[in-house]
Amino acid sequence: MTQLEFLQTVMPFKDKVFRLAKRLLVSKEEAEDATQEVLLKLWKNKKKMQEYRNVEAFSMTMTKNFCFDKLKSKHAQNLKLIHSNYKDNNVSLQKQLELEDSVGWVAKIIEDLPEKQKLVIQLRDIEQYTFEEIGKMLDMNETAVRVTLSRARKTIRQELTNTHNYGIK
Amino acid sequence: MVLNNIEQLIEKYNNGETSLKEEQQLKEYFKQETVALHLEMYKPMFVYFAASQKETFTKEVSLNSSKNHFFAWISMAAVAVLMLGLYLQSPLTAQGDLGTHEDPELAFLEVKKSLELISTHFNQGASSINYLNEVENTTSLIFKK
Repeated sequence: MTQLEFLQTVMPFKDKVFRLAKRLLVSKEEAEDATQEVLLKLWKNKKKMQEYRNVEAFSMTMTKNFCFDKLKSKHAQNLKLIHSNYKDNNVSLQKQLELEDSVGWVAKIIEDLPEKQKLVIQLRDIEQYTFEEIGKMLDMNETAVRVTLSRARKTIRQELTNTHNYGIK
Repeated sequence: MVLNNIEQLIEKYNNGETSLKEEQQLKEYFKQETVALHLEMYKPMFVYFAASQKETFTKEVSLNSSKNHFFAWISMAAVAVLMLGLYLQSPLTAQGDLGTHEDPELAFLEVKKSLELISTHFNQGASSINYLNEVENTTSLIFKK
């Protein structure tokens, strides 16, 4: 597999890898590093790549695992403080993006969701994968994906309703 | 009528039962400026999802890392060869022909010859500035007064 072929395979979903990494790692820089890491790993294993039926799904699973490893090592090193630094950074970045205040709130709410729900929301509502694909990526059955997704969506709605009603900002 | 449809979709959406197509419909609906008041809390959600989709990975990833290693090693080898070459070369050039004579007699004659050569040339040069003595004589005459 030449470099060009590799790029052609990888280009369409590299943004998805990055967004997934960012969803889990929060910081943009961390996510960029993770994406780079994942792409390099793919490049190193390019010979095996032809054997995978779905490179994209495989890469997403790889990204997920890689980010979990990162998070784990972070927790193990007790680097919580650094993590909260990332949060601040993210909020200001998000502010540039957001169209209204409450849009930024959605990001915060998603950030506070359990990791499984974060993943499912990201893969479904942002990347628009089918339930079958998500199931394969996360090694879950479709019903479990639906249930997790439903929970995540309901939590987001609940939180948003709360902020709307009480005006907590 | 349309609102009714959206409400149904939202219900399904919350239960995780919507298809991708239906979700697209919802996204389209919430893209509008104004939505029904009781559905307003969903708007930021869908706006956020739409905005998040646009985020892209911009960092450059160089895939040539293995090649770079190759070139690094090649250049290191080249430098090593160059240094070795210089090291081996330098004593050889120093041993090159310097006109050394084995026989002392011959060497003495050679030295004499070259010294004579120097001396004649030197005297030639010295004689050509003899007239400067004239200047010296004149100035001494003047300054003695």
